[in-house]
Amino acid sequence: MSELLRIESLSIAPAAAPERLLVNQISFALETGKTTCIVGESGSGKSLTALAVMGLLSGQLQLVQGKINFQRQNLTGLNNQQMREIRGKRIAMIFQEPMTSLNPVLSIGYQIGEPLTVHLGLKGQALKTRIANLLEQVGIPAERANSYPDELSGGQRQRVMIAMSIACEPVLLIADEPTTALDVTVQAQILKLLDELKTRLNMSMLFITHDFGVVADIADNVVVMFRGEIVESGSVDQVLNHPQHPYTQALLACVPDAEGKKPLKPIDYAWLNAEQNGLAA
Amino acid sequence: MSAYILSAQHLNKSYIQRSGRFGFTTKQVKALDDVSIQLRAGATLAVVGESGSGKSTLARCLLQLQPLNSGAVQFQGRDLAVLSAAELRQQRRHLQMIFQDPFASLNPRMKIGAIVGEGLLIHKLGNALEQRQKVVQMLKRVCLSEADMEKYPHEFSGGQRQRIGIARALVLEPKVVVCDEPVSALDVSIQAQILLLLKELQQEMALSYLFISHDLRVVRHIADEVVVMHQGKVVEQGLVADIYANPTQAYTRNLINAIPGRQRAANPS
Ligand SMILES: Nc1ncnc2c1ncn2[C@@H]1O[C@H](COP(=O)(O)OP(=O)(O)OP(=O)(O)O)[C@@H](O)[C@H]1O
Ligand SMILES: Nc1ncnc2c1ncn2[C@@H]1O[C@H](COP(=O)(O)OP(=O)(O)OP(=O)(O)O)[C@@H](O)[C@H]1O
Ligand SMILES: [Mg+2]
Ligand SMILES: [Mg+2]
Repeated sequence: MSELLRIESLSIAPAAAPERLLVNQISFALETGKTTCIVGESGSGKSLTALAVMGLLSGQLQLVQGKINFQRQNLTGLNNQQMREIRGKRIAMIFQEPMTSLNPVLSIGYQIGEPLTVHLGLKGQALKTRIANLLEQVGIPAERANSYPDELSGGQRQRVMIAMSIACEPVLLIADEPTTALDVTVQAQILKLLDELKTRLNMSMLFITHDFGVVADIADNVVVMFRGEIVESGSVDQVLNHPQHPYTQALLACVPDAEGKKPLKPIDYAWLNAEQNGLAA
Repeated sequence: MSAYILSAQHLNKSYIQRSGRFGFTTKQVKALDDVSIQLRAGATLAVVGESGSGKSTLARCLLQLQPLNSGAVQFQGRDLAVLSAAELRQQRRHLQMIFQDPFASLNPRMKIGAIVGEGLLIHKLGNALEQRQKVVQMLKRVCLSEADMEKYPHEFSGGQRQRIGIARALVLEPKVVVCDEPVSALDVSIQAQILLLLKELQQEMALSYLFISHDLRVVRHIADEVVVMHQGKVVEQGLVADIYANPTQAYTRNLINAIPGRQRAANPS
Protein backbone atom coordinates (compact mmCIF):
# COMPACT_ATOMS: atom_id res chain seq x y z
CA MET A 1 0.00 0.00 0.00
CA SER A 2 1.61 3.26 -1.03
CA GLU A 3 1.26 6.51 0.79
CA LEU A 4 0.01 9.51 -1.18
CA LEU A 5 -0.14 12.26 1.41
CA ARG A 6 1.46 12.66 4.80
CA ILE A 7 0.83 15.66 7.01
CA GLU A 8 3.39 16.08 9.76
CA SER A 9 2.83 18.27 12.83
CA LEU A 10 1.10 20.98 10.87
CA SER A 11 0.23 24.16 12.77
CA ILE A 12 -1.67 27.19 11.47
CA ALA A 13 -2.21 30.55 13.20
CA PRO A 14 -3.25 34.09 12.34
CA ALA A 15 -0.20 35.94 10.98
CA ALA A 16 -0.90 38.70 13.49
CA ALA A 17 -1.04 36.27 16.43
CA PRO A 18 1.26 33.32 15.71
CA GLU A 19 0.84 31.95 19.25
CA ARG A 20 -2.93 31.45 18.79
CA LEU A 21 -2.91 28.09 17.03
CA LEU A 22 -6.04 27.42 14.99
CA VAL A 23 -4.60 24.09 13.86
CA ASN A 24 -2.31 22.58 16.45
CA GLN A 25 0.38 20.08 15.41
CA ILE A 26 -1.77 17.66 13.51
CA SER A 27 -0.40 14.59 11.72
CA PHE A 28 -2.02 11.96 9.55
CA ALA A 29 -1.45 10.00 6.35
CA LEU A 30 -3.60 9.06 3.37
CA GLU A 31 -2.96 6.00 1.20
CA THR A 32 -3.40 5.78 -2.55
CA GLY A 33 -6.93 4.82 -3.55
CA LYS A 34 -8.35 5.32 -0.04
CA THR A 35 -10.79 7.78 1.51
CA THR A 36 -10.14 9.56 4.78
CA CYS A 37 -13.02 11.49 6.30
CA ILE A 38 -12.31 14.44 8.58
CA VAL A 39 -15.11 15.02 11.05
CA GLY A 40 -15.36 17.26 14.08
CA GLU A 41 -16.52 20.41 15.69
CA SER A 42 -17.55 23.45 13.67
CA GLY A 43 -14.52 25.76 13.81
CA SER A 44 -12.04 23.01 14.72
CA GLY A 45 -9.72 23.62 11.75
CA LYS A 46 -10.95 21.16 9.11
CA SER A 47 -11.19 23.66 6.25
CA LEU A 48 -7.92 25.36 7.19
CA THR A 49 -6.17 21.98 7.01
CA ALA A 50 -7.64 21.36 3.56
CA LEU A 51 -6.69 24.84 2.33
CA ALA A 52 -3.15 24.38 3.62
CA VAL A 53 -2.73 21.24 1.48
CA MET A 54 -3.94 23.23 -1.54
CA GLY A 55 -1.52 26.05 -0.72
CA LEU A 56 -4.48 28.40 -0.53
CA LEU A 57 -4.38 29.73 3.03
CA SER A 58 -5.37 33.39 3.12
CA GLY A 59 -2.60 35.95 3.60
CA GLN A 60 -3.88 36.66 7.10
CA LEU A 61 -3.02 33.15 8.16
CA GLN A 62 0.34 31.56 8.52
CA LEU A 63 1.63 28.02 8.36
CA VAL A 64 3.60 28.10 11.59
CA GLN A 65 5.25 24.72 11.23
CA GLY A 66 4.88 21.31 9.68
CA LYS A 67 5.29 19.37 6.44
CA ILE A 68 2.81 18.35 3.78
CA ASN A 69 4.34 15.48 1.84
CA PHE A 70 2.55 14.66 -1.40
CA GLN A 71 4.03 12.02 -3.68
CA ARG A 72 7.33 12.39 -1.82
CA GLN A 73 7.46 16.15 -2.36
CA ASN A 74 7.10 18.65 0.49
CA LEU A 75 4.41 21.04 -0.71
CA THR A 76 5.19 23.69 1.89
CA GLY A 77 8.57 24.21 0.18
CA LEU A 78 7.10 24.94 -3.27
CA ASN A 79 6.70 28.38 -4.79
CA ASN A 80 3.43 29.68 -6.29
CA GLN A 81 4.29 28.65 -9.83
CA GLN A 82 5.09 25.07 -8.80
CA MET A 83 1.94 24.88 -6.68
CA ARG A 84 -0.22 26.12 -9.59
CA GLU A 85 0.99 23.22 -11.71
CA ILE A 86 -0.13 20.70 -9.11
CA ARG A 87 -3.38 22.42 -8.13
CA GLY A 88 -6.37 21.56 -10.25
CA LYS A 89 -4.44 18.80 -11.98
CA ARG A 90 -3.01 16.36 -9.47
CA ILE A 91 -4.77 17.79 -6.41
CA ALA A 92 -8.22 19.34 -6.75
CA MET A 93 -10.61 20.73 -4.18
CA ILE A 94 -14.34 21.15 -3.79
CA PHE A 95 -14.72 24.21 -1.59
CA GLN A 96 -17.19 24.48 1.30
CA GLU A 97 -18.91 27.61 -0.01
CA PRO A 98 -19.39 27.50 -3.80
CA MET A 99 -20.05 31.21 -4.23
CA THR A 100 -16.71 32.14 -2.71
CA SER A 101 -14.84 30.21 -5.37
CA LEU A 102 -17.03 30.52 -8.47
CA ASN A 103 -16.52 33.64 -10.56
CA PRO A 104 -19.88 35.44 -10.87
CA VAL A 105 -19.14 37.01 -14.26
CA LEU A 106 -18.07 33.85 -16.11
CA SER A 107 -20.42 31.17 -17.42
CA ILE A 108 -20.17 27.86 -15.62
CA GLY A 109 -19.18 26.11 -18.85
CA TYR A 110 -16.21 28.45 -19.17
CA GLN A 111 -15.19 27.82 -15.57
CA ILE A 112 -15.37 24.05 -15.91
CA GLY A 113 -13.36 24.30 -19.13
CA GLU A 114 -10.58 26.44 -17.74
CA PRO A 115 -8.55 23.69 -15.97
CA LEU A 116 -9.04 21.46 -19.03
CA THR A 117 -7.46 24.09 -21.26
CA VAL A 118 -4.72 25.07 -18.84
CA HIS A 119 -3.61 21.60 -17.79
CA LEU A 120 -4.62 19.34 -20.66
CA GLY A 121 -4.65 21.74 -23.60
CA LEU A 122 -8.18 20.80 -24.64
CA LYS A 123 -9.77 23.15 -27.22
CA GLY A 124 -12.70 23.52 -29.57
CA GLN A 125 -15.15 20.68 -29.99
CA ALA A 126 -13.22 18.29 -27.74
CA LEU A 127 -13.44 20.85 -24.94
CA LYS A 128 -17.18 21.42 -25.48
CA THR A 129 -17.90 17.71 -25.43
CA ARG A 130 -15.90 17.19 -22.25
CA ILE A 131 -17.70 20.09 -20.48
CA ALA A 132 -21.10 18.71 -21.51
CA ASN A 133 -20.08 15.28 -20.32
CA LEU A 134 -18.91 16.56 -16.92
CA LEU A 135 -22.13 18.51 -16.37
CA GLU A 136 -24.20 15.47 -17.15
CA GLN A 137 -22.18 13.35 -14.77
CA VAL A 138 -23.21 15.64 -11.91
CA GLY A 139 -26.85 15.68 -13.04
CA ILE A 140 -27.01 19.12 -14.68
CA PRO A 141 -28.32 19.36 -18.27
CA ALA A 142 -25.45 20.22 -20.63
CA GLU A 143 -27.30 23.24 -22.01
CA ARG A 144 -26.91 24.93 -18.62
CA ALA A 145 -23.22 25.47 -19.53
CA ASN A 146 -24.26 28.97 -20.64
CA SER A 147 -25.69 29.88 -17.24
CA TYR A 148 -23.94 32.08 -14.70
CA PRO A 149 -23.47 31.03 -11.06
CA ASP A 150 -26.25 33.27 -9.72
CA GLU A 151 -28.71 31.61 -12.08
CA LEU A 152 -28.23 28.25 -10.40
CA SER A 153 -29.71 26.78 -7.24
CA GLY A 154 -27.47 26.14 -4.21
CA GLY A 155 -27.14 22.45 -4.97
CA GLN A 156 -26.49 23.07 -8.66
CA ARG A 157 -23.60 25.41 -7.79
CA GLN A 158 -22.15 22.80 -5.54
CA ARG A 159 -22.34 20.28 -8.38
CA VAL A 160 -20.63 22.70 -10.77
CA MET A 161 -17.74 22.82 -8.32
CA ILE A 162 -17.66 19.05 -8.22
CA ALA A 163 -17.53 18.95 -12.04
CA MET A 164 -14.65 21.47 -12.02
CA SER A 165 -12.73 19.51 -9.44
CA ILE A 166 -12.87 16.18 -11.24
CA ALA A 167 -12.30 17.69 -14.73
CA CYS A 168 -8.60 16.80 -14.83
CA GLU A 169 -8.99 13.49 -13.02
CA PRO A 170 -6.84 14.36 -9.99
CA VAL A 171 -5.04 11.72 -7.92
CA LEU A 172 -6.09 13.51 -4.74
CA LEU A 173 -9.53 15.06 -4.33
CA ILE A 174 -10.14 17.24 -1.31
CA ALA A 175 -13.85 17.64 -0.73
CA ASP A 176 -14.99 20.14 1.92
CA GLU A 177 -18.64 19.39 2.72
CA PRO A 178 -19.34 18.68 -0.95
CA THR A 179 -22.90 17.45 -0.55
CA THR A 180 -24.36 19.72 2.15
CA ALA A 181 -26.71 21.41 -0.31
CA LEU A 182 -27.86 18.21 -1.97
CA ASP A 183 -30.91 16.12 -1.24
CA VAL A 184 -30.26 12.47 -0.54
CA THR A 185 -31.08 11.20 -4.03
CA VAL A 186 -28.65 13.59 -5.75
CA GLN A 187 -26.15 13.02 -2.97
CA ALA A 188 -26.26 9.29 -3.60
CA GLN A 189 -25.60 9.92 -7.30
CA ILE A 190 -22.59 12.14 -6.52
CA LEU A 191 -21.12 9.71 -3.99
CA LYS A 192 -21.45 6.95 -6.56
CA LEU A 193 -19.68 9.09 -9.16
CA LEU A 194 -16.81 9.79 -6.77
CA ASP A 195 -16.57 6.13 -5.88
CA GLU A 196 -16.32 5.21 -9.57
CA LEU A 197 -13.47 7.70 -10.03
CA LYS A 198 -11.79 6.29 -6.98
CA THR A 199 -11.84 2.81 -8.51
CA ARG A 200 -11.06 3.80 -12.09
CA LEU A 201 -8.26 6.29 -11.36
CA ASN A 202 -7.12 4.91 -8.03
CA MET A 203 -7.98 8.38 -6.73
CA SER A 204 -7.66 9.21 -3.02
CA MET A 205 -10.09 11.43 -1.18
CA LEU A 206 -9.83 13.69 1.82
CA PHE A 207 -13.49 14.22 2.63
CA ILE A 208 -14.73 16.70 5.23
CA THR A 209 -18.29 16.09 6.39
CA HIS A 210 -20.68 16.43 9.32
CA ASP A 211 -22.86 13.60 8.08
CA PHE A 212 -22.02 10.32 9.80
CA GLY A 213 -24.25 8.47 7.39
CA VAL A 214 -21.91 9.56 4.59
CA VAL A 215 -18.87 8.64 6.69
CA ALA A 216 -20.24 5.14 7.23
CA ASP A 217 -20.87 4.81 3.50
CA ILE A 218 -17.57 6.06 2.05
CA ALA A 219 -14.72 6.23 4.58
CA ASP A 220 -11.81 3.85 4.94
CA ASN A 221 -10.30 5.92 7.73
CA VAL A 222 -11.60 8.69 9.96
CA VAL A 223 -9.82 11.63 11.59
CA VAL A 224 -11.64 13.48 14.39
CA MET A 225 -10.79 17.14 15.03
CA PHE A 226 -11.63 19.14 18.13
CA ARG A 227 -10.39 22.65 18.96
CA GLY A 228 -7.59 22.57 16.40
CA GLU A 229 -6.28 19.14 17.33
CA ILE A 230 -6.75 15.61 16.10
CA VAL A 231 -8.18 13.82 19.11
CA GLU A 232 -8.67 10.46 17.46
CA SER A 233 -8.04 8.65 14.18
CA GLY A 234 -8.38 5.12 12.91
CA SER A 235 -10.35 2.84 10.64
CA VAL A 236 -14.00 3.72 10.06
CA ASP A 237 -15.10 0.73 12.11
CA GLN A 238 -12.82 1.64 15.02
CA VAL A 239 -13.86 5.27 15.18
CA LEU A 240 -17.60 4.84 14.59
CA ASN A 241 -18.15 1.68 16.56
CA HIS A 242 -15.44 1.82 19.22
CA PRO A 243 -14.69 5.51 19.77
CA GLN A 244 -11.99 6.07 22.40
CA HIS A 245 -11.91 9.81 22.97
CA PRO A 246 -14.67 11.46 25.03
CA TYR A 247 -15.28 14.07 22.30
CA THR A 248 -15.81 11.41 19.65
CA GLN A 249 -18.14 9.52 21.96
CA ALA A 250 -20.11 12.65 22.77
CA LEU A 251 -20.30 13.71 19.11
CA LEU A 252 -21.54 10.30 17.96
CA ALA A 253 -24.20 10.38 20.66
CA CYS A 254 -25.66 13.48 18.93
CA VAL A 255 -26.13 11.79 15.55
CA PRO A 256 -29.82 11.96 14.66
CA ASP A 257 -31.51 8.66 13.88
CA ALA A 258 -33.36 8.05 10.64
CA GLU A 259 -36.71 7.80 12.41
CA GLY A 260 -36.27 11.06 14.30
CA LYS A 261 -37.26 9.42 17.57
CA LYS A 262 -34.07 10.06 19.48
CA PRO A 263 -34.31 13.31 21.47
CA LEU A 264 -32.07 16.20 20.39
CA LYS A 265 -29.20 16.53 22.81
CA PRO A 266 -26.11 18.65 22.22
CA ILE A 267 -22.77 17.84 23.83
CA ASP A 268 -22.53 18.71 27.50
CA TYR A 269 -19.30 20.71 27.39
CA ALA A 270 -18.91 20.88 31.17
CA TRP A 271 -18.86 17.09 31.23
CA LEU A 272 -16.51 16.94 28.24
CA ASN A 273 -14.03 19.41 29.77
CA ALA A 274 -13.96 17.40 32.97
CA GLU A 275 -13.34 14.19 31.00
CA GLN A 276 -10.55 15.86 29.04
CA ASN A 277 -8.88 17.11 32.18
CA GLY A 278 -9.10 13.58 33.50
CA LEU A 279 -7.33 12.33 30.36
CA ALA A 280 -4.63 14.95 30.65
CA ALA A 281 -3.95 14.26 34.31
CA MET B 1 -58.12 36.47 11.75
CA SER B 2 -57.28 33.17 10.15
CA ALA B 3 -55.13 30.53 11.81
CA TYR B 4 -52.56 30.99 9.06
CA ILE B 5 -49.88 33.58 9.61
CA LEU B 6 -48.49 33.25 6.11
CA SER B 7 -50.27 31.88 3.10
CA ALA B 8 -49.70 31.88 -0.62
CA GLN B 9 -51.96 31.01 -3.52
CA HIS B 10 -51.13 29.98 -7.06
CA LEU B 11 -47.58 31.28 -7.13
CA ASN B 12 -45.94 31.21 -10.54
CA LYS B 13 -42.39 32.19 -11.32
CA SER B 14 -40.43 31.60 -14.51
CA TYR B 15 -36.80 32.27 -15.30
CA ILE B 16 -35.36 32.99 -18.71
CA GLN B 17 -32.46 30.67 -19.36
CA ARG B 18 -29.89 30.81 -22.14
CA SER B 19 -29.95 27.59 -24.07
CA GLY B 20 -28.96 26.13 -27.41
CA ARG B 21 -25.45 25.34 -28.52
CA PHE B 22 -24.10 28.86 -28.30
CA GLY B 23 -26.43 30.29 -25.71
CA PHE B 24 -28.01 32.67 -28.22
CA THR B 25 -31.49 31.27 -27.83
CA THR B 26 -33.45 31.52 -24.63
CA LYS B 27 -36.22 29.57 -23.04
CA GLN B 28 -38.59 30.02 -20.13
CA VAL B 29 -38.30 27.64 -17.22
CA LYS B 30 -40.98 27.36 -14.58
CA ALA B 31 -39.34 27.42 -11.14
CA LEU B 32 -42.72 27.73 -9.38
CA ASP B 33 -45.70 26.17 -11.06
CA ASP B 34 -48.99 27.00 -9.33
CA VAL B 35 -47.65 26.62 -5.77
CA SER B 36 -49.96 27.21 -2.81
CA ILE B 37 -48.89 26.81 0.81
CA GLN B 38 -50.18 27.73 4.24
CA LEU B 39 -48.16 28.26 7.39
CA ARG B 40 -50.02 27.95 10.69
CA ALA B 41 -49.18 30.49 13.41
CA GLY B 42 -46.71 28.99 15.88
CA ALA B 43 -46.04 25.95 13.70
CA THR B 44 -43.25 24.69 11.47
CA LEU B 45 -43.80 23.81 7.83
CA ALA B 46 -40.95 21.97 6.15
CA VAL B 47 -40.27 22.21 2.42
CA VAL B 48 -38.28 19.31 1.00
CA GLY B 49 -37.43 18.36 -2.55
CA GLU B 50 -34.76 17.69 -5.07
CA SER B 51 -31.97 20.14 -5.78
CA GLY B 52 -33.34 22.67 -8.28
CA SER B 53 -36.99 21.97 -7.49
CA GLY B 54 -37.72 25.60 -6.61
CA LYS B 55 -37.41 25.74 -2.80
CA SER B 56 -35.17 28.81 -2.56
CA THR B 57 -37.22 30.54 -5.24
CA LEU B 58 -40.34 29.91 -3.15
CA ALA B 59 -38.59 31.30 -0.07
CA ARG B 60 -37.53 34.50 -1.83
CA CYS B 61 -40.89 35.03 -3.49
CA LEU B 62 -42.79 34.56 -0.22
CA LEU B 63 -40.73 37.32 1.37
CA GLN B 64 -41.05 39.59 -1.70
CA LEU B 65 -37.30 39.49 -2.22
CA GLN B 66 -37.99 38.51 -5.80
CA PRO B 67 -40.95 39.44 -8.04
CA LEU B 68 -43.59 36.82 -8.90
CA ASN B 69 -45.18 36.34 -12.32
CA SER B 70 -48.52 35.77 -10.65
CA GLY B 71 -50.04 34.70 -7.35
CA ALA B 72 -50.64 36.29 -3.97
CA VAL B 73 -48.97 36.15 -0.56
CA GLN B 74 -50.70 37.15 2.68
CA PHE B 75 -48.95 37.85 5.97
CA GLN B 76 -51.35 38.05 8.93
CA GLY B 77 -54.21 38.27 6.47
CA ARG B 78 -52.77 41.22 4.53
CA ASP B 79 -51.73 40.97 0.92
CA LEU B 80 -48.02 41.79 0.76
CA ALA B 81 -48.17 42.99 -2.85
CA VAL B 82 -50.42 45.94 -1.98
CA LEU B 83 -48.16 47.27 0.78
CA SER B 84 -46.21 50.44 0.07
CA ALA B 85 -42.43 50.22 0.15
CA ALA B 86 -42.41 51.83 3.59
CA GLU B 87 -45.05 49.46 4.95
CA LEU B 88 -43.20 46.47 3.56
CA ARG B 89 -39.98 47.67 5.19
CA GLN B 90 -41.82 47.83 8.50
CA GLN B 91 -43.14 44.30 8.10
CA ARG B 92 -39.63 43.03 7.30
CA ARG B 93 -38.83 42.93 10.97
CA HIS B 94 -41.44 40.22 11.33
CA LEU B 95 -40.55 38.36 8.15
CA GLN B 96 -36.97 37.19 8.40
CA MET B 97 -34.87 34.90 6.30
CA ILE B 98 -31.87 32.68 7.00
CA PHE B 99 -30.10 32.39 3.64
CA GLN B 100 -28.79 29.20 2.09
CA ASP B 101 -25.39 30.69 1.24
CA PRO B 102 -24.19 32.39 4.44
CA PHE B 103 -21.02 33.95 3.08
CA ALA B 104 -22.73 35.61 0.13
CA SER B 105 -25.34 37.11 2.46
CA LEU B 106 -22.90 38.70 4.93
CA ASN B 107 -21.37 42.08 4.08
CA PRO B 108 -17.60 41.41 4.10
CA ARG B 109 -16.78 44.93 5.25
CA MET B 110 -18.98 44.89 8.35
CA LYS B 111 -18.06 43.45 11.72
CA ILE B 112 -20.27 40.72 13.11
CA GLY B 113 -21.63 42.92 15.89
CA ALA B 114 -22.85 45.41 13.29
CA ILE B 115 -24.24 42.71 11.00
CA VAL B 116 -26.29 41.06 13.73
CA GLY B 117 -27.31 44.40 15.24
CA GLU B 118 -28.21 46.11 11.96
CA GLY B 119 -31.89 45.16 12.03
CA LEU B 120 -32.28 46.36 15.62
CA LEU B 121 -30.81 49.69 14.56
CA ILE B 122 -32.99 50.03 11.45
CA HIS B 123 -36.17 49.18 13.31
CA LYS B 124 -35.12 51.27 16.34
CA LEU B 125 -35.63 48.43 18.79
CA GLY B 126 -34.20 49.60 22.12
CA ASN B 127 -31.31 51.96 22.88
CA ALA B 128 -27.69 51.28 21.97
CA LEU B 129 -26.96 49.43 25.21
CA GLU B 130 -30.03 47.22 24.96
CA GLN B 131 -29.22 46.46 21.35
CA ARG B 132 -25.71 45.42 22.26
CA GLN B 133 -27.01 43.18 25.02
CA LYS B 134 -29.46 41.52 22.66
CA VAL B 135 -26.73 40.88 20.11
CA VAL B 136 -24.41 39.39 22.73
CA GLN B 137 -27.16 37.16 24.10
CA MET B 138 -28.13 35.90 20.68
CA LEU B 139 -24.51 35.22 19.69
CA LYS B 140 -24.13 33.13 22.83
CA ARG B 141 -27.27 31.18 22.04
CA VAL B 142 -25.79 30.15 18.69
CA CYS B 143 -22.49 29.12 20.38
CA LEU B 144 -20.51 32.22 19.39
CA SER B 145 -19.00 34.70 21.83
CA GLU B 146 -19.02 38.39 22.68
CA ALA B 147 -15.44 38.68 21.39
CA ASP B 148 -16.68 37.58 17.95
CA MET B 149 -18.55 40.91 17.57
CA GLU B 150 -15.31 42.62 16.60
CA LYS B 151 -14.44 40.17 13.81
CA TYR B 152 -15.19 40.20 10.08
CA PRO B 153 -17.05 37.41 8.22
CA HIS B 154 -13.90 35.99 6.59
CA GLU B 155 -12.44 35.24 10.01
CA PHE B 156 -15.05 32.56 10.64
CA SER B 157 -15.52 28.96 9.56
CA GLY B 158 -18.41 27.91 7.30
CA GLY B 159 -20.52 26.68 10.19
CA GLN B 160 -19.79 29.78 12.26
CA ARG B 161 -20.95 31.99 9.37
CA GLN B 162 -24.14 29.99 9.11
CA ARG B 163 -24.77 30.70 12.80
CA ILE B 164 -24.17 34.43 12.26
CA GLY B 165 -26.99 34.36 9.69
CA ILE B 166 -29.23 32.60 12.19
CA ALA B 167 -28.45 35.12 14.93
CA ARG B 168 -29.13 38.04 12.60
CA ALA B 169 -32.62 36.76 11.80
CA LEU B 170 -33.62 35.66 15.30
CA VAL B 171 -32.38 38.72 17.20
CA LEU B 172 -35.29 40.71 15.78
CA GLU B 173 -37.84 38.42 17.44
CA PRO B 174 -39.73 38.12 14.17
CA LYS B 175 -43.07 36.38 13.64
CA VAL B 176 -42.07 34.30 10.64
CA VAL B 177 -38.63 32.98 9.78
CA VAL B 178 -37.96 31.38 6.43
CA CYS B 179 -34.96 29.12 7.03
CA ASP B 180 -33.18 27.94 3.87
CA GLU B 181 -31.01 24.94 4.84
CA PRO B 182 -30.15 26.57 8.17
CA VAL B 183 -28.20 23.72 9.77
CA SER B 184 -26.57 22.05 6.76
CA ALA B 185 -23.03 23.18 7.63
CA LEU B 186 -23.15 22.41 11.36
CA ASP B 187 -21.70 19.50 13.28
CA VAL B 188 -24.36 17.26 14.79
CA SER B 189 -23.98 18.69 18.29
CA ILE B 190 -24.35 22.32 17.26
CA GLN B 191 -27.10 21.25 14.88
CA ALA B 192 -29.02 19.80 17.82
CA GLN B 193 -28.35 22.97 19.79
CA ILE B 194 -29.70 25.20 17.00
CA LEU B 195 -32.78 23.04 16.47
CA LEU B 196 -33.50 23.22 20.19
CA LEU B 197 -33.00 27.00 20.10
CA LEU B 198 -35.50 27.31 17.24
CA LYS B 199 -38.00 25.25 19.22
CA GLU B 200 -37.42 27.27 22.40
CA LEU B 201 -37.99 30.55 20.60
CA GLN B 202 -41.10 29.09 19.04
CA GLN B 203 -42.44 28.37 22.52
CA GLU B 204 -41.35 31.74 23.92
CA MET B 205 -42.83 33.91 21.21
CA ALA B 206 -45.05 31.76 19.03
CA LEU B 207 -42.63 31.97 16.11
CA SER B 208 -43.58 30.27 12.85
CA TYR B 209 -41.02 28.65 10.58
CA LEU B 210 -40.92 27.74 6.95
CA PHE B 211 -38.06 25.28 7.08
CA ILE B 212 -36.30 24.26 3.88
CA SER B 213 -34.11 21.23 4.31
CA HIS B 214 -32.99 18.21 2.37
CA ASP B 215 -32.25 16.34 5.58
CA LEU B 216 -35.30 14.30 6.42
CA ARG B 217 -33.92 13.43 9.85
CA VAL B 218 -33.89 17.11 10.70
CA VAL B 219 -37.34 17.66 9.23
CA ARG B 220 -38.70 14.85 11.35
CA HIS B 221 -37.46 16.63 14.48
CA ILE B 222 -38.52 20.16 13.74
CA ALA B 223 -41.59 20.18 11.53
CA ASP B 224 -45.28 19.59 12.06
CA GLU B 225 -46.23 19.59 8.41
CA VAL B 226 -44.26 19.03 5.24
CA VAL B 227 -44.55 20.03 1.59
CA VAL B 228 -42.70 18.00 -1.03
CA MET B 229 -41.65 19.90 -4.17
CA HIS B 230 -40.69 18.43 -7.50
CA GLN B 231 -39.88 20.44 -10.63
CA GLY B 232 -41.59 23.57 -9.36
CA LYS B 233 -44.76 21.84 -8.21
CA VAL B 234 -46.03 20.75 -4.82
CA VAL B 235 -46.45 17.01 -5.26
CA GLU B 236 -47.34 16.00 -1.74
CA GLN B 237 -48.21 17.68 1.55
CA GLY B 238 -49.46 16.74 4.98
CA LEU B 239 -48.44 15.94 8.54
CA VAL B 240 -44.83 14.86 8.85
CA ALA B 241 -45.68 11.65 10.67
CA ASP B 242 -48.25 10.64 8.03
CA ILE B 243 -45.97 11.27 5.10
CA TYR B 244 -43.09 9.35 6.68
CA ALA B 245 -45.37 6.44 7.39
CA ASN B 246 -47.19 6.53 4.05
CA PRO B 247 -45.44 8.38 1.27
CA THR B 248 -47.81 8.32 -1.68
CA GLN B 249 -45.36 9.59 -4.28
CA ALA B 250 -42.50 7.48 -5.61
CA TYR B 251 -40.28 10.55 -5.33
CA THR B 252 -41.01 10.95 -1.60
CA ARG B 253 -40.41 7.24 -1.04
CA ASN B 254 -37.00 7.56 -2.73
CA LEU B 255 -36.11 10.47 -0.49
CA ILE B 256 -36.93 8.50 2.62
CA ASN B 257 -35.14 5.37 1.45
CA ALA B 258 -32.00 7.19 0.34
CA ILE B 259 -31.17 8.61 3.77
CA PRO B 260 -27.44 7.76 3.84
CA GLY B 261 -26.12 5.14 6.20
CA ARG B 262 -29.66 4.04 7.01
CA GLN B 263 -28.57 0.44 7.16
CA ARG B 264 -24.99 0.95 8.23
CA ALA B 265 -25.29 4.04 10.43
CA ALA B 266 -23.03 4.22 13.43
CA ASN B 267 -24.82 2.93 16.45
CA PRO B 268 -22.73 3.68 19.50
CA SER B 269 -24.20 2.80 22.82
N1 LIG C 1 -8.65 34.52 8.53
C1 LIG C 1 -8.86 34.09 9.78
N2 LIG C 1 -8.46 34.82 10.84
C2 LIG C 1 -8.64 34.39 12.10
N3 LIG C 1 -9.26 33.23 12.43
C3 LIG C 1 -9.68 32.44 11.42
C4 LIG C 1 -9.51 32.82 10.06
N4 LIG C 1 -10.05 31.85 9.28
C5 LIG C 1 -10.54 30.91 10.13
N5 LIG C 1 -10.33 31.26 11.42
C6 LIG C 1 -10.70 30.48 12.62
O1 LIG C 1 -10.05 29.24 12.54
C7 LIG C 1 -10.86 28.21 13.10
C8 LIG C 1 -10.89 27.02 12.16
O2 LIG C 1 -11.59 27.38 10.97
P1 LIG C 1 -12.01 26.29 9.89
O3 LIG C 1 -12.65 27.04 8.78
O4 LIG C 1 -10.86 25.42 9.55
O5 LIG C 1 -13.12 25.43 10.69
P2 LIG C 1 -13.91 24.13 10.23
O6 LIG C 1 -13.44 22.99 11.07
O7 LIG C 1 -13.83 23.98 8.76
O8 LIG C 1 -15.41 24.49 10.70
P3 LIG C 1 -16.83 24.33 9.95
O9 LIG C 1 -17.23 22.92 10.19
O10 LIG C 1 -17.72 25.28 10.70
O11 LIG C 1 -16.64 24.69 8.52
C9 LIG C 1 -12.22 28.83 13.36
O12 LIG C 1 -12.41 28.99 14.74
C10 LIG C 1 -12.18 30.17 12.66
O13 LIG C 1 -12.90 31.14 13.39
N1 LIG D 1 -31.79 33.76 -11.78
C1 LIG D 1 -32.07 32.59 -12.39
N2 LIG D 1 -32.07 32.51 -13.74
C2 LIG D 1 -32.36 31.34 -14.34
N3 LIG D 1 -32.67 30.19 -13.71
C3 LIG D 1 -32.69 30.22 -12.36
C4 LIG D 1 -32.39 31.41 -11.63
N4 LIG D 1 -32.48 31.14 -10.31
C5 LIG D 1 -32.81 29.83 -10.21
N5 LIG D 1 -32.95 29.27 -11.44
C6 LIG D 1 -33.33 27.87 -11.73
O1 LIG D 1 -34.59 27.63 -11.15
C7 LIG D 1 -34.65 26.32 -10.59
C8 LIG D 1 -35.06 26.40 -9.10
O2 LIG D 1 -34.01 27.00 -8.35
P1 LIG D 1 -34.04 27.09 -6.76
O3 LIG D 1 -32.83 27.84 -6.34
O4 LIG D 1 -35.35 27.62 -6.33
O5 LIG D 1 -33.91 25.54 -6.36
P2 LIG D 1 -33.81 24.83 -4.92
O6 LIG D 1 -34.99 23.93 -4.77
O7 LIG D 1 -33.58 25.85 -3.87
O8 LIG D 1 -32.51 23.92 -5.12
P3 LIG D 1 -31.30 23.57 -4.10
O9 LIG D 1 -31.81 22.51 -3.19
O10 LIG D 1 -30.25 23.03 -5.02
O11 LIG D 1 -30.88 24.82 -3.41
C9 LIG D 1 -33.27 25.70 -10.81
O12 LIG D 1 -33.30 24.85 -11.92
C10 LIG D 1 -32.37 26.89 -11.08
O13 LIG D 1 -31.33 26.55 -11.95
MG1 LIG E 1 -15.16 24.31 7.22
MG1 LIG F 1 -31.93 26.31 -2.61
